[in-house]
Amino acid sequence: MAGVSLRNVLKSYGELQVIHGVSMEIADGEFIVILGPSGCGKSTLLRMVAGLEVISGGQIAIGGRVVNELEPKDRDIAMVFQNYALYPHMSVYENMAYGLRIRGLPKSEIDARVQKAAGILELGQYLERKPRALSGGQRQRVAMGRAIVREPQVFLFDEPLSNLDAKLRVQMRGELQALHRRLGTTSLFVTHDQVEAMTLAQRMIVMNAGRAEQIGAPLEVYARPATTFVASFIGSPPMNLIPKDGKLLGVRPEHLEPCSPADAMLTIELDLIEPLGSDTLVYGHIADGQSVRLAARLHASAPAQAGKLPVRYAPQHVHWFDPVTGKRIGP
Amino acid sequence: MVENRPFLTFLAHAILILGVVVIAFPVYVTFVASTLRLEEIMQAPMPLLPGDQLLENYSQVLTAGSTKGSRAAVGAMLVNSTIMALAIAIGKIAISIISAFAIVYFRFPLRMTFFWMIFITLMLPVEVRIIPTFQVIADLGMLNSYAGLTVPLIASATATFLFRQFFMTVPDELAEAARVDGAGPMRFFLDVLLPLSKTSIAALFVIQFIYGWNQYLWPLLITTDESMYTTVIGIKRMIVGSDAANEWNLIMATAMLAMLPPALVVILMQKWFVKGLVETEK
Repeated sequence: MAGVSLRNVLKSYGELQVIHGVSMEIADGEFIVILGPSGCGKSTLLRMVAGLEVISGGQIAIGGRVVNELEPKDRDIAMVFQNYALYPHMSVYENMAYGLRIRGLPKSEIDARVQKAAGILELGQYLERKPRALSGGQRQRVAMGRAIVREPQVFLFDEPLSNLDAKLRVQMRGELQALHRRLGTTSLFVTHDQVEAMTLAQRMIVMNAGRAEQIGAPLEVYARPATTFVASFIGSPPMNLIPKDGKLLGVRPEHLEPCSPADAMLTIELDLIEPLGSDTLVYGHIADGQSVRLAARLHASAPAQAGKLPVRYAPQHVHWFDPVTGKRIGP
Repeated sequence: MVENRPFLTFLAHAILILGVVVIAFPVYVTFVASTLRLEEIMQAPMPLLPGDQLLENYSQVLTAGSTKGSRAAVGAMLVNSTIMALAIAIGKIAISIISAFAIVYFRFPLRMTFFWMIFITLMLPVEVRIIPTFQVIADLGMLNSYAGLTVPLIASATATFLFRQFFMTVPDELAEAARVDGAGPMRFFLDVLLPLSKTSIAALFVIQFIYGWNQYLWPLLITTDESMYTTVIGIKRMIVGSDAANEWNLIMATAMLAMLPPALVVILMQKWFVKGLVETEK
């Protein structure tokens, strides 16, 4: 197994630059999630690690070896694609064995590896089926099996759960975590889903418009977003950003608590109330006439009705950002 | 649709039956004529029930041929036709699947130019370029040879275009997965694309076999040697001069024989053929 180093990685298509220098050291065995909205370059970054896209600048090293010029098969990686990309005419067994057969492994070794992977993924009874005869979750598992049998240095996942329904996604998320605990292989996982990122990642890299906005452990990123983009991308509803004294004041919806009008630090003019059972989300704008939208997460028992809601927040929950650069100010 | 309107049902069946009669009756007459003696055919009206000369007529054309006009045996012509149709069908499929593979999966200079050049040749059927093509084949000394019969007909824009359209529907991730698995381009072609294309190949084979079998003008031009005649040409060569001079019973037997192989190919490959036209296995 091996770590991965990204050193000022650049990607451009002709004049158009899509990745503007991403650097990161990924330790051996780490589970890294690359998170960002569509078109931020996260898949491109992953495909550059895989060797499916040419690296325009900088270096990518896997296990200390610079792989810029290497073909995917020589990088010792395995990739799981969003639409699974299983070979439709091959059985589950053949799908998993294909890469090993090309590498010229002996039949007995191939069989041992496929059987082992099928055991881990509980695919034993489906080995003779064609992908067409499998459900989405089973296909996903075959795609993972195809990656596992290669016993690679690094797993690359390109939004592997986004084609599954919500319930299956939660289940596969759990299986992925268990798989990573079991195999301990360095993994890069691309997603636009912040819940996947928060639950799977040991560290995550939040990308926006081809730049890494923040790299860190999920809770650390949540607690101390480095930029307004990260602050509003992670967390649902996103962090409230209120202009104050020439700066931007950020406070998460769950840190706003209702209070008496005398204690109010803010007053929200409510116009939308969403009772979720466990808690209630309320939305509105600041009552002082500014058009700033606010959201608050209230305890389910709190009375919520349209009208003015005075709220306050504790000073330790306040974040400050520069309104021009969007960067975090202070600790 | 569930409908209960007897008149419309009657009308629909009447039209369908009329269509069947128009298409099938001449075939039936051909068959009947091929079982009669020449004198019986010459009667007016000709009998419409099969005669007793079936075996005699067919064995004569297969082994000896007509006694008037061309005297080549139809057995040898059937072999020629089969070789020509197979060579054209297989050749067309082999060449067009490879060129479609190149156009879809490789980035080379002037790629689109080549694609459009292939596409434009769709507008130039054999008949349009027949004189220059004849000159080329004649200068190359390929008259009266299987090569001369097949090579000019093998290049196929239609088949290339069909395979291109099919390859475009194969997800890119499949090619990428194969790359990650370590399969080179030819390995990907043989292990993934070819098996996925088999229904398209079957459909094209049927179409191109019939196309090759039914070629008339081109073989007529370049075969002067009786041993190189194809069945379709054989029919033409048996017809000489006036109506009465021809052995119509033998000509009709040859026509029946010429119809048989394409019909067989269609019937035997029907399942694959329909699959290839209507469904894409992905």
